[in-house]
Amino acid sequence: MESYDIVIIGGGPAGLAAAVSAKRSGISSILILERDKELGGILNQCIHNGFGLHTFKEELTGPEYAQRFIDQVEELGIGYRLNTMVMEISREKVITAVNREEGLFEIRAKAVILAMGCRERSRGALNIPGYRPAGIYSAGTAQRLVNMEGLMPGREVVILGSGDIGLIMARRMTLEGAKVKVVAELMPYSGGLKRNIVQCLDDYGIPLKLSHTVVDIKGKERVEGVTLAEVDQSGKPIPGTEEEYPCDTLLLSVGLIPENELSNGMGVEMNSATSGPVVNESLETNIEGVFACGNVLHVHDLVDFVSEEAAAAGKNAASYVKGELRAESARTIRLVPAEGVRYTVPSTIDPDRMDETLTVRFRVGAVYKNCFVSAYFDDERVLRRKRQIVAPGEMEEIRLVKEQILKYSGLKAITVKIEEA
Amino acid sequence: MDIRNLTCISCPMGCQITVEMNGSEVVRVSGNTCKRGEVYARKEVTDPTRIVTTTVRVAGGKADMVSVKTRSDIPKGKMSDCVKALKDIAVEAPVHIGDVIMSDVAGTGVDIIATKNVSKI
Repeated sequence: MESYDIVIIGGGPAGLAAAVSAKRSGISSILILERDKELGGILNQCIHNGFGLHTFKEELTGPEYAQRFIDQVEELGIGYRLNTMVMEISREKVITAVNREEGLFEIRAKAVILAMGCRERSRGALNIPGYRPAGIYSAGTAQRLVNMEGLMPGREVVILGSGDIGLIMARRMTLEGAKVKVVAELMPYSGGLKRNIVQCLDDYGIPLKLSHTVVDIKGKERVEGVTLAEVDQSGKPIPGTEEEYPCDTLLLSVGLIPENELSNGMGVEMNSATSGPVVNESLETNIEGVFACGNVLHVHDLVDFVSEEAAAAGKNAASYVKGELRAESARTIRLVPAEGVRYTVPSTIDPDRMDETLTVRFRVGAVYKNCFVSAYFDDERVLRRKRQIVAPGEMEEIRLVKEQILKYSGLKAITVKIEEA
Repeated sequence: MDIRNLTCISCPMGCQITVEMNGSEVVRVSGNTCKRGEVYARKEVTDPTRIVTTTVRVAGGKADMVSVKTRSDIPKGKMSDCVKALKDIAVEAPVHIGDVIMSDVAGTGVDIIATKNVSKI
């Protein structure tokens, strides 16, 4: 059986950055498996700019950002196989994959990095009544059709959900000549970045209706219109608030879900808040030598942080292969999300395995203004940072320092919470 | 006196900023909570610009479309002219990142450059 030190599942931004980092950490036997016909993943269809401000200190488009990493992969001579779909990974790290040239084949890995990214939540998850006419697309599907295949999904558009892809597509469809009538958002706030609301909706006079949802889709063969209604605090439509919008297309931008069929299949323990694997400080799952990074771990807003996280996973996988990542000790500290914090990545820290500093990423469950992001070592508050605003649409982070953690002998839990002023 | 209302994009706060203008002169900026808000508002009311990104058809390439952008930001009012100017053209593969696809788009003096590599079939 073919074997590699590290096999990376997915050649998008996470997989590419993990590969580059693993190689630079001294591992030469690396293989990336990618199901699409090119590397780069979702960045290939994200033709808008705004990528790379943190990583490269300049504003790149998605394809340009991807190419920076693809170039490094090529220069470093890292192997990859395209058009290759991974079917299964065993606990023993035997990967079963399929492609047209080789058929079904197996590869053995010493370490596996999960970098499969995420998928869009679909209509089926929303319980919208009505027929199943043509003209209902996820925003990402529409993005691929317009930007990569040069096809327009429709002319008169309503968008449900104000996630970033929906906002970006509102602008893109408008520039291509479509009429985007409205963006409806179930929540009382948008899930997208502020700059996208201004530059994709306000710039074009597209209304954003917060606390609104689609309650009916009209049309049997093709979408003919949708009915929007205002919702109450519990998200239930308020009778009498219905409004009709004639349109031929409904785009859904209603959330992303990490794609973890492979992880589940191999018995990776999952976090119900992120829908991604539970990982420790090394971004290692409950299965030794299996690491996760990028949107398969938790959905990110900015690719820069995906690259950063993936580089850490690549470095840690390299340490594991070299036998330098010591076994987890009994001193493992739990990271506990509380009061306003929905989750943290990672979920546990072994101080003996952590670097000098560790970035802990998390999301909040609601909008908080003039608040503090606090971290408690058991019952003692050790970190308190004033924030003008935190919002569910923007990932937050804190940095933990190893030296500080080591001072607290017997430390059991680090709690991250939002405290209102 | 003209009043312009803006949402600041400098951070997630999204401050609602009010700019009082006398013709093209900014008289007063209010509603911002930090300096960045004022800088953003002044630029946005006097000289709003954007980078425009779109796609152009490719002939004889491994992909049907190549993504492109304006090399630098162009006046906000020229965005739609810029996209229209690129609508019916096609470029021959191969295309490399940074290749000039059209110079001086829509009279802005700014070039359109490719943002993706497309090799020949």
